Amino acid sequence: MTDLPRMQHIFASGLVSAVGVSVAYISYTQEPAAAYLFPRIISTVFVVLALWTFGKALLGRTKIGNGLVREAMINIAPGLAVSLIFVFWAAKALGFYTASTIAFFVLLSLYDPAPHGELKSWIKRILITAGFLVVMYGLFARLLNVFTPREIFF
Amino acid sequence: MEFLAYFGDVFTPINFGLLLIGTIGGLILGATPGLSPTMAVALLIPFTFKLEPAQGLILLGAAYTSTVAGGAVSAILLKIPGAPANIATTLDGHAMAKKGQGARALQLSFLASAVGGVFGVLLLIFLTPVLAQWALAFGPSHLFWLAILGVTVIGSLDSSSVVKGLLSGCIGLWLATVGFDDIMGAQRFIFHDAVSGGINVIPALIGLFAIPQVISMFAGGRRSLDAEILTVERHPISKAFSEVFSRLRALSIGTVTGSIIGLIPGVGGQIAGLVAYDQSKKMSPERDKFGTGHPEGVIAAESANNAMVGPSLVPLLTLSIPGSPTAAVLLGGLLIHGIFPGSDLFDNHPDVAWTFINSMLIGQILMCIFGLYVAGLAARVAQVPNAIMAAVVLGLAVFGSYSVQHSMGDVYVMAALGTGMYFLERFGFSAAPLVLGLILGPIAEANFVQGSMIANATSSIGSYFFTGPLNIALIAVAVASIGYSVWLELRQRRHTAKEEAVAKKGAIS
Repeated sequence: MTDLPRMQHIFASGLVSAVGVSVAYISYTQEPAAAYLFPRIISTVFVVLALWTFGKALLGRTKIGNGLVREAMINIAPGLAVSLIFVFWAAKALGFYTASTIAFFVLLSLYDPAPHGELKSWIKRILITAGFLVVMYGLFARLLNVFTPREIFF
Repeated sequence: MEFLAYFGDVFTPINFGLLLIGTIGGLILGATPGLSPTMAVALLIPFTFKLEPAQGLILLGAAYTSTVAGGAVSAILLKIPGAPANIATTLDGHAMAKKGQGARALQLSFLASAVGGVFGVLLLIFLTPVLAQWALAFGPSHLFWLAILGVTVIGSLDSSSVVKGLLSGCIGLWLATVGFDDIMGAQRFIFHDAVSGGINVIPALIGLFAIPQVISMFAGGRRSLDAEILTVERHPISKAFSEVFSRLRALSIGTVTGSIIGLIPGVGGQIAGLVAYDQSKKMSPERDKFGTGHPEGVIAAESANNAMVGPSLVPLLTLSIPGSPTAAVLLGGLLIHGIFPGSDLFDNHPDVAWTFINSMLIGQILMCIFGLYVAGLAARVAQVPNAIMAAVVLGLAVFGSYSVQHSMGDVYVMAALGTGMYFLERFGFSAAPLVLGLILGPIAEANFVQGSMIANATSSIGSYFFTGPLNIALIAVAVASIGYSVWLELRQRRHTAKEEAVAKKGAIS
């Protein structure tokens, strides 16, 4: 195992262990104790397994999981950023349909292999986005009667 | 023969229409690489809220059945398995397509899927009521151990690392305790308003299965799908029909292997297809032809992965223990309609249970008929760029999660769990045991608390939970599944180390 995945494994298993220890701490200290009986059992097993994994990562004996690859992370970053902005801010602030249409178009433009310099591919992207909006509106607003937060256009 | 009484319910216009939609949609979704059957079923759950329970289950069951079979289309025509269950189909299916026998391979694949699928559903029909009655003998301690068994079996058998699989199960069990405690009404682990009412299973399922796929598609960057669709030439269906039944050895090996593997909780279709392919190859006098476009390879793999579907629902419908990740999602679909698997399902909702099971039987036949016609279209859909698929799945995940309770909190939970799961998967953790923990956690806790109360009134907790033949048997199975997985992992590790040593030696000399 190279140093980078090893450090990543240490970090990931350390994070999981920290969550496990926090869960165990809360389970054993919060009241009423009867409400935390089951979480105590779970968190004890959780901590044991998490520390076992952390120990293996520290010793460099983790065999499973390839970790994060730089190139993949560079590819993921813009898409993940757009998705998280869409979910945690835009969907509520701009309305579901407006935000999802914008997010769809941005994601399509970021990851579509068709050349960015051609007008034809941009027209295609706009048409696909419009199709997406129509289908989502038809499915959720018309078929399922889902009332989504604050809509600008709908 | 109670199931015969409800056969007509499958053919009401709405039920049959949903069966058709689920089948055709499932075939197309199944053919799309990156859209696993589990994810397809999870994304469909919000569409079942407005339906009657039986109707919702018909849609989900049809999608489950046909996504598994639909995965063969891209496996054969594009050499990209639509789902992990179709990996073995690529070996001979694509080779046949390259020889200009694509239509023959597709026909054999759908016919073998139908035969395996019908056999699997018949097993489901005859085993389920017997086991459901047996489940009546289960008390709180047994139900507690059953829930724990469900998590440990999937955690140890479905993961590449036993410890990380079990750890994933623990994370799921912990997440299930977030929110109000049922007995004392105490708030537990509420670190954000979004989870004040606990973690809703449906948004969690959507997030855990759909979002990692979306991020994986982002990871590929602006890459086009460099797969060439092989042309499909006409082939008479009657010939394929007689060929499937003339190759009875491969068909029966696939069907029996798939059915047995389906009954074991945690062992998925991927293993069923590969084991059946391997066994069929070993027992065939034409074993040299396997891998070069031999029809028996396609027949064995496809009959196995569809034969697995029905039996994988047996532990779910009788004991609430999902046999596969997709069965876990189906359990979520049952619970949102207020239906609990086990004897309650067959005693109080026989119409729901039998209409659903019968629809799966009819669905196998529809899948075979439509599969042959939809294959060409499905192969085209399979070429849709990842960018579109990722954006569509993200949109469906957000809208689907929101529609559960009209709550933004559910959308946040979906996104947070999904993003976290992608990174955990990169380090060997697995979504299936986490989901099982989340679903079975409340069952485990409720029975643990109930059992503790009984134990306090009668004997000690130790003797209540650790004595009695059924408790001991359940604990033994859980321990055995962990032990077996550890043994498999160690054997695999030794094998890999040996291979590395041989390669190193070869490089030095």
